[in-house]
Amino acid sequence: MEREQDNIINDITSGEYKYGFYTDIETEKIPKGLNEDTIRLISEKKGEPEWLLEFRLKSFRHWLTMKMPGWAHLKIPEIDFQDIIYYAAPKQEPAPESLDDIDPELKKTFDKLGIPLEEQKRLTGVVAVDAVMDSVSVKTTFKETLAELGIIFCSFSEAVREYPDLVKRYMGTVVPYTDNFFAALNSAVFSDGSFCYIPKGVRCPMELSTYFRINAANTGQFERTLLVADEESYVSYLEGCTAPMRDENQLHAAIVEIIAEKNASVKYSTVQNWYPGDREGRGGIFNFVTKRGICRGDNSKISWTQVETGSAITWKYPSCILRGDNSTGEFYSVAVTNNHQQADTGTKMIHIGKNTKSTIVSKGISAGHGQNSYRGLVKVLKNASNSRNFSQCDSLLLGDKCGAHTFPYLEVDNQTAIVEHEATTSKIGEDQIFYCNQRGISTEDAIGLIVNGYAREVLNKLPMEFAVEAQKLLQISLEGSVG
Amino acid sequence: MLSIKNLEAGINGKMILKGINLEIKAGEIHAIMGPNGSGKSTLAAVLAGRDFIEISGGTVTYMGNDLLQMAPEDRSKEGIFLGFQYPVEIPGVSMVNFIKTAVNEHRKHRGLAPLSASDFLKLMQEKKELVEIDSKLANRSVNEGFSGGEKKKNEIFQMAMLEPKLAILDETDSGLDIDALRIVANGVNRLRKPDNASIVITHYQRLLDYIIPDVVHVLYDGRIVKTAGKELALELEEKGYDWIKQELYNHN
Repeated sequence: MEREQDNIINDITSGEYKYGFYTDIETEKIPKGLNEDTIRLISEKKGEPEWLLEFRLKSFRHWLTMKMPGWAHLKIPEIDFQDIIYYAAPKQEPAPESLDDIDPELKKTFDKLGIPLEEQKRLTGVVAVDAVMDSVSVKTTFKETLAELGIIFCSFSEAVREYPDLVKRYMGTVVPYTDNFFAALNSAVFSDGSFCYIPKGVRCPMELSTYFRINAANTGQFERTLLVADEESYVSYLEGCTAPMRDENQLHAAIVEIIAEKNASVKYSTVQNWYPGDREGRGGIFNFVTKRGICRGDNSKISWTQVETGSAITWKYPSCILRGDNSTGEFYSVAVTNNHQQADTGTKMIHIGKNTKSTIVSKGISAGHGQNSYRGLVKVLKNASNSRNFSQCDSLLLGDKCGAHTFPYLEVDNQTAIVEHEATTSKIGEDQIFYCNQRGISTEDAIGLIVNGYAREVLNKLPMEFAVEAQKLLQISLEGSVG
Repeated sequence: MLSIKNLEAGINGKMILKGINLEIKAGEIHAIMGPNGSGKSTLAAVLAGRDFIEISGGTVTYMGNDLLQMAPEDRSKEGIFLGFQYPVEIPGVSMVNFIKTAVNEHRKHRGLAPLSASDFLKLMQEKKELVEIDSKLANRSVNEGFSGGEKKKNEIFQMAMLEPKLAILDETDSGLDIDALRIVANGVNRLRKPDNASIVITHYQRLLDYIIPDVVHVLYDGRIVKTAGKELALELEEKGYDWIKQELYNHN
């Protein structure tokens, strides 16, 4: 029996990461290394205005004074920031006007990833996609349809060109370049990403989604996403990401900023599936991401949902600043660490306005030698009367070589606040698996069933079609990890 | 259908089953009774394929195949059903999803396509009525927050859905009030067919008022020490297990 389970583990874990292929495409790269000239070169390549170059240089100078954070429960090998290529773009000249002008290899790549660059209706609904490969956006779909409603959805570079006032007004207001080491680095070298603006009173009629793909070797990916929901608006946004399998690690340091004005509601979902490295822990993406939203207006709401199955190391705390009265912040997370993956992830809920409400549901799953930490801060400021927080942090362990850790921080400066924290740690029981076996369900399927059941509360928050994908992903990431 | 010969098995080096012999034919209901610790549940676990039980001797043949070589899920798909003494909770997994997965695995094994959603719901409706199970239970997580009686009814419901050839009910009556007991027993009786068989493991006689066995065995200290017709159960109820011990003692 035990031997059989070991065999299953071998079969599954030696199975290829499905998205690990590399697209052989002509790529324009700048030389390795990072200095002010690199930054000028990136800015020049992107044809940026002076003010943005200044912002980059300011950020870079600040970054030079900072040190890599060491407080996370992670073992991070030293990263040589001079050994990274900071800009790589698939060669396309001139810039593609229509779909027909896009390199067929590129189109094939995104097809293979299941990301249609054609504006086709999917069975479960319409999704507008911004497809980003390495440092540039390849194509944004449904731009025209959205424009009719006044919605701006385009690559960050395009936003800088076309809507500089909006970018200037909002960029860096939620995550300042001084925020942390990786935020400063991103602010200095960021390449592309998505920009989205939902005007007053508009309910975005389709899911907006950005798909990030790392392709080139030795490069880092530093994208930036800025999402602004004006008063009374609503948008649901989803990002996905994958990368080729390589023996060396690759750095990904992104920034996401969300602004929700009065009565606006933003739902931001992530299915993170960067290459996690192999069974021995070789290779994989280092994922250092700063995500933060501000509920600026009264009655606004920001909801983060994340399914984190990829990356060798994940360092990520999507947070909400609840400034408007009666504003709501939510964080729903499933993080999986298998083999030698490490994750230190969680959220910060900063209650500033009155009657603000936050909910945190974190589900960690550790298997193999994986290390999974939840780290969360709930901070209630002096004037945030009657604010409420509920946190639930669950950990599920598969096997006996993995670890789960919880680091909750509470800072409450208002007597009327109610803050609740619940935490559980459990193991997938042999009893549960046997119960499934006895009904004819194989051990692999049983684990998939049990893990998806455990994560259901979070998966239910995902847009329908992505929930199905995420479920499969969870199963694939974990199959055979009980032995 | 099932033939157990000289079966010896234990846990952590401690011998629990010390040479079991048992023959079960299609259409029969066998009751296995015995005091606590006699090995009843261990026998059920061996038949279902629990891997922490070490088998040190003997053979078990099921429908002509070596049962001990089969994986637990294959035993299930070949028609062996275990009604658990302590049904396991699986949080977040809805009963519907769970039993649908199981039914479709069984169908796949028989080369059949998965049931359509509407056929499945129809089947479920029919079987739910059979065991008088509350409709709402099906939408809840597997056994989570179920009362003792609901859990046991849920076992019979699953049995009805999977239509086993050989059902092993491990102390299905324990913790049941008289109404639940009647419902559970009714379910078992209505599922009875000439080509299937049941092993009913129980500590008390009262279940056997409702499920009439063809054969009653007494398991004591890892051996079947007495086999007789249904009247044996009544005798045990009246006299307890001590007279059997006494009889054995005198015999030796």
